[in-house]
Amino acid sequence: MTLTTGSDAARARRDATPQGEPRRVGGRGRGRAIEALWGYAFIAPTGIGLAVFYLWPILQTAYFSMTEWGFFGGHTWTGFDNYTRLLRDPEAGQALINTLGYTALGLVAIPLAIVFAALLNQKGLRGVGVYRTLFFLPVVTMPVAVAMVWRWLYNGDYGLINYVLSLAGVEGPSWVADPATALYALAVVGIWSSLGYNLIIFLAGMQAIPREYYEAAQIDGAGRITQFFRVTLPLLSPTAFFVSVISVIGSLQLFDLVYAMAGSGLTARANPAFPRLQTVVHLFYDRAFVTNDRGYAAAIVVMLFLLIIAMTAVQFRLQRRWVHYA
Amino acid sequence: MRRSARFGAALLGVVLGVPACSGGEGPGGAQDRITLSYAVWDNNQKPVMEELGREFTRTHPNVTINVQFAPWTDYWTKLRAAAGGGAAPDVFWMNGPNFRLYASNGMIRPLEEEIVRDRVDLSVYPRPLVDLYTLGGEHFGLPKDMDTIGVWYNKTLFDARGVAYPANDWTWADFQTAAARLTDPARGVYGTAAMLGGFQEYQYNTIAQAGGYVISPDGGKSGYDDPKTIAGLRFWTDLIKAGRSPDLVTMTDTLPLQLFEAGKVAMYWGGSWNVAEFSANEYTRDRVDVAPLPRGERQATIIHGVANVVSARTEHSEQAWQFVKFLGSERAAGILGRRGPIPAYTGTQGSWVSAHPEFRLRTFVDAVAYGVPYPVSVNTAAWNEAELTYLARAWTGEVPVEKAATDLAAAMNALLSKE
Repeated sequence: MTLTTGSDAARARRDATPQGEPRRVGGRGRGRAIEALWGYAFIAPTGIGLAVFYLWPILQTAYFSMTEWGFFGGHTWTGFDNYTRLLRDPEAGQALINTLGYTALGLVAIPLAIVFAALLNQKGLRGVGVYRTLFFLPVVTMPVAVAMVWRWLYNGDYGLINYVLSLAGVEGPSWVADPATALYALAVVGIWSSLGYNLIIFLAGMQAIPREYYEAAQIDGAGRITQFFRVTLPLLSPTAFFVSVISVIGSLQLFDLVYAMAGSGLTARANPAFPRLQTVVHLFYDRAFVTNDRGYAAAIVVMLFLLIIAMTAVQFRLQRRWVHYA
Repeated sequence: MRRSARFGAALLGVVLGVPACSGGEGPGGAQDRITLSYAVWDNNQKPVMEELGREFTRTHPNVTINVQFAPWTDYWTKLRAAAGGGAAPDVFWMNGPNFRLYASNGMIRPLEEEIVRDRVDLSVYPRPLVDLYTLGGEHFGLPKDMDTIGVWYNKTLFDARGVAYPANDWTWADFQTAAARLTDPARGVYGTAAMLGGFQEYQYNTIAQAGGYVISPDGGKSGYDDPKTIAGLRFWTDLIKAGRSPDLVTMTDTLPLQLFEAGKVAMYWGGSWNVAEFSANEYTRDRVDVAPLPRGERQATIIHGVANVVSARTEHSEQAWQFVKFLGSERAAGILGRRGPIPAYTGTQGSWVSAHPEFRLRTFVDAVAYGVPYPVSVNTAAWNEAELTYLARAWTGEVPVEKAATDLAAAMNALLSKE
């Protein structure tokens, strides 16, 4: 901020210079260079941090994805071997399918969050603070704690969910151990945990919509439902776009929930539903830290990185069709 | 964003600052006094290890032992990073699955010369444990402790069904009969639980009892396509099929150990390490006892133990060896047995056995006589993963056990050929 105001001020001063006065061209050039230098100095802490902790590791990972690692460091160049292996690895294929499935299911969280946000945004609603806190609680709870509680809820024999179902005479499955239900069970937890965060963003988006639009709609005879669909939703679309980009990226990187719910490390594979729960990042973890196959693990994350870029680019292209900027 | 950047900058400062600071304490400060770092992964044993460190200092006044604890989940990640960077602790705990990885990559020091020079008698340790830490004819560590497997059983459930407690010389057939009679679907009680995720307590034992093998002695070939090995696996899948054990889905939701501690499973194959848990648990304390594993074609139990090893890059190799030698001594074993796992030194297990007279703990010590070494290769973890991936399909009944096992053998052989 300081930089832009600084240069604006400089421009303003410059414009104020009377036409006839001779310009000190060289001097202003030096001033600019110094100004730029200061600019770089100010962004240096962030820039260096970003370069050292983000950009450099990304480049390194890309390089390592074309090598094979020794157990204690040291690597040999193998070209595209890891990538050809990745394309033929059925486990990687399944992990990708699972991850995409989870991502698609995760998008359900968006309409859900909008509905809850609309309900919480009503004028004169009592105890809004309490509701907001309740919805936001899962966001601030540790994912591992969340997973443990849900694991218990999902337990086939002793879980609360199946107990409630048994009252209605239904025998529920072992939710996270049954290949048919595991991914859905996981997605429910994911949606539940992210609901609060999305909701807060949507609430903020709704409160930024000017009152006048609603008043105008009312005068035109629109009821509350019509107002929601014709005023709120279109004006909320930029927020929805932001949330969908963030949530797709988050879903593609899913790890902790699987790690905590399927069973950690090797023991996860004793879960018969594990082939349906394995995500790309979880596979990366297994290769990098369990089976000592780090070059291959690097190839997995490079592919994931490219996939995330591609999916985000697609979303940016598609936004033209549905996002309205007021 | 802004905060994370500031944090990044701060972190950077720390990273850059560290070498500058540590450069100050050069070799000038080091006189005759040295400190050996000793890494362990069991917090419960840390006090005993510190006590042993102080004992050692008594006879070696210029050496101080600094016990460094890292929880199991971080231990190997940390150790590998440290070893790769040449900064491993001077002395540390080693287990079977990781040993060859460290030994074959020159990360730990062969102790052959010292053992010969100081005339250390290796016959005081169970043979399978000494062999576990031998590579290319060289010894790399001295065994610290050991564990064997037994059948923990719930006496209350045996009494309720009028089944006699297991005899010391019982067989697979006896076990299967007992499992059948103890199973009580009306009360949700199973005779046993054919756990998948615990090969050390389950599959490896029955494979050895059936006369099969997991990996060839030279570590080059998988034994999973051997008919006898498959018989050792079928022992468990048959129990599931007959309903004597919960199915895999049930055991995933509620672990066999939890089922056993809730009185839902009558016989649980467990290790000597379960003593601490079962004596602390109010339900199991008075209800359970332990019997030897039943005999198949032969009698067998997996024996495994931790060893103390010396880093290859230590600057104090002589003192580190002296410490390892002390840890492997009869005196150290006596101290360990009172407060920790079973000491590996033969004849020092009395204090461990008498610590819990409510259980027949002698069973675990007697089992050493027919102990079979824990199967390992260089990259053990790679095929440990394959074991679970392939056998899970047999455990659910999705694929016949013969097919799952032969598929596993092929996958495991492919992994072994890369070592």
